[in-house]
Amino acid sequence: MTKIKKNFAFMAATMLATSSAGIAYADTGAVADEFKWMTFAVFGVIIAITMAITFWAARTTHSTSEFYAAGRSVTGIQNGWAIAGDYLSAASFLGIAGLISLYGFDGFMYSVGWLVAYITVLLVIAEPCRNIGKYTMGDILAFRNDPKKTKVVAALSTITVSTFYLTAQMVGGGVLIKTLIGIDYEISVIGVGLLMLAYVVFGGMKATTWVQITKAVLLVTASLILVFLVWSPYGFSLPAYLQAVVSDKDVIDQMVKLLGAKAANMSPEELGQRFLEPGLFLKNPIDQISLGMALVLGTAGMPHILMRFFTVPSAQAARTSVIWAMAIIGGFYVLTLFLGSGAAMLVGPAKIAAMDPGGNMAGPLLAQYLGGGADSMLGNFFLAFVAAVAFATIVAVVAGLVLASASAMAHDIYVGVIKGDHASQKEQVVAARVSSLIVGAMAITVGILAKGQNVAHLVALAFAVAASSNLPAVFLTLYWKKCNTTGIISGMLIGSITAIGLVMISPNMTYPKAVLGAAKKVMEGAPAVEAKAAVVSGGLMCELFATCPKAEPAVAAAPASLGAPAKKAALQEKLATVTDAAEKAKIEKEIAAQDKAITKAEGELKKFAGQTTSMAGLEKPFFLLKNPGLLSIPLGFLCVIIFSLLTKDKRAEEMWDELYVRQNTGINAEAANVH
Amino acid sequence: MSKREMNWAAIDTDPRFQELHRKKTSFLWGLMLLSTVYYFMLPIGAAYFQDLFKIKVWGVVNVGILFALSEFVVAWTIAFIYSQKANKQFDVMAQAIINDAHKLGA
Repeated sequence: MTKIKKNFAFMAATMLATSSAGIAYADTGAVADEFKWMTFAVFGVIIAITMAITFWAARTTHSTSEFYAAGRSVTGIQNGWAIAGDYLSAASFLGIAGLISLYGFDGFMYSVGWLVAYITVLLVIAEPCRNIGKYTMGDILAFRNDPKKTKVVAALSTITVSTFYLTAQMVGGGVLIKTLIGIDYEISVIGVGLLMLAYVVFGGMKATTWVQITKAVLLVTASLILVFLVWSPYGFSLPAYLQAVVSDKDVIDQMVKLLGAKAANMSPEELGQRFLEPGLFLKNPIDQISLGMALVLGTAGMPHILMRFFTVPSAQAARTSVIWAMAIIGGFYVLTLFLGSGAAMLVGPAKIAAMDPGGNMAGPLLAQYLGGGADSMLGNFFLAFVAAVAFATIVAVVAGLVLASASAMAHDIYVGVIKGDHASQKEQVVAARVSSLIVGAMAITVGILAKGQNVAHLVALAFAVAASSNLPAVFLTLYWKKCNTTGIISGMLIGSITAIGLVMISPNMTYPKAVLGAAKKVMEGAPAVEAKAAVVSGGLMCELFATCPKAEPAVAAAPASLGAPAKKAALQEKLATVTDAAEKAKIEKEIAAQDKAITKAEGELKKFAGQTTSMAGLEKPFFLLKNPGLLSIPLGFLCVIIFSLLTKDKRAEEMWDELYVRQNTGINAEAANVH
Repeated sequence: MSKREMNWAAIDTDPRFQELHRKKTSFLWGLMLLSTVYYFMLPIGAAYFQDLFKIKVWGVVNVGILFALSEFVVAWTIAFIYSQKANKQFDVMAQAIINDAHKLGA
């Protein structure tokens, strides 16, 4: 009876999710209306495949170990692909290609940290965690520390990190799907949410794993095809290809735009070459290092990544899976160099930025171009395929995050703390499924509530909290004999609160006064600015906090500029006198751009009218970096160390020998299910 | 393997385990340090050594691009070196301890 009920619920969820993805046909997006059926067809195929996987996985998902860890029967290679599928979010897939297409070298440099992060995972985290852990990060920490206390804190931290990341994914995904195919934001959030819930609730970790593998294979295949098409005309020669990129007119125009007055004395060759040189996007090296620290140490503290190591049968398989993940993730980021620069050369940065200022449409537009352009069947099929891969990407990442949060809620809090580890298999699986539903419903609600909010900082924040709270706790528990419960709890709390607090007073937040000032400048124009000499920094503290002058480059004098309405009027006057059709079209386009700027500025003036301070009550940022890791990570480590040294914990010391022997040998590690 | 109580302290003090611990610790810290230093050289180079990064060495390909690409190669190499060492040495050493684990301290 229950089986029939389960299958019915499964079918209903499938139908709901599929139909909600198909309803809104109306709005516009990158895909032209006449080709939308193709996108939906590809979407349908992908949804059908993942649903078939879930149906198959649901039949063997009964026990706790099956639900949380796929019965520990995932092979190293499979897990490597699944890690890649779990990790390569839409932000890294579309975002980094976009950054490269707009800013060249800096975009590519940005991608490096995401791979280097896995060295920490490989060397110090993956194998010990597999040997010690069961289902969650809480299990690892509770091994030698007070189980109830640490499980509560570990679960809180897991849910915090996952919620930040999840919100960024839901909001980013909703916007992305709207930009790509014009499905309403709310509908895509609900569609993504329901699909992901179907995978997690019915198929648990097994379905999630195979959805992630499918997505990673699709992503790599799509990227390889595009890179082959972009690079083959140059005989796969790197210098010849990049020569073509830097000689391209669109790329040179973009450099002129980015460099402003500085471009005046540069030759076209120098301008093009600038695309391959640093400093166009990432201007603050201290912030870069801070972000790098959060990436390199945060990835190893991400609950949804840690959880993947419980799915393999042994520490050796965990090792193999990181090696594969590094090959796939690294290979993919190398491909983004070609995707981004190819989009810059063939589509043009101006066109990419017009669709989405962050450059997210670079990959999809490149696909459309390579297939034959906006009016061709093949071009739109390519675009549809890339859009569907983006969709699969969002769903796969979100499923992994929901599973991680649900396991913290059900396994750590409900079973571990409330039931004192006494719960039957059946009860545990029910708790896991109910928690997944709760987290899923929460994700959909938060996703809809956060519509139009600035969520870009949430990904950086998730990594910073993971690096400042989870990593110090896990690392010191595994490798430091004196580490104990008090140390872990204070380190995790202080580390995460510092990271969150610093972000709240950082430039990531919206400062109404600055927004209003900028909007006013757009509407009314700006007076002439006199040249300013460079400011010498008052030291490292001045680069971090707004207490003394921070280093500023020299500013060249700028003449007074007109407001957008005045510019528009001038353009309209000019339009009346021009007769050449091409010239006319160009001016009309410029007028449209001014209109867009006016609408945006008016919207902001209205939205922030009367407000002067940010959420934290500040007029301007007090902490000057976008990434808090530089301060919060050392603080997290320091707190674990200091509070461990200040207190004595008999159990933590007694368990050390067992923990250290077991993490290095795998004796008594959780075994794989035998079917 | 059925789970039974072991004399963990005896295994921990066994010379073979101490040897594994020593070898692993120095090897892992070495690789970790190498990878961290090499990684942070990229943002530092891009910010403070731009003239070096701008030097063209292979057609339009400059030092910066090659250095960024080398980050990938170095990361993969470290992963490869570690997996070789772990497969060939650490696993073998651990297996010897596992085989005798029940006898130790019994």
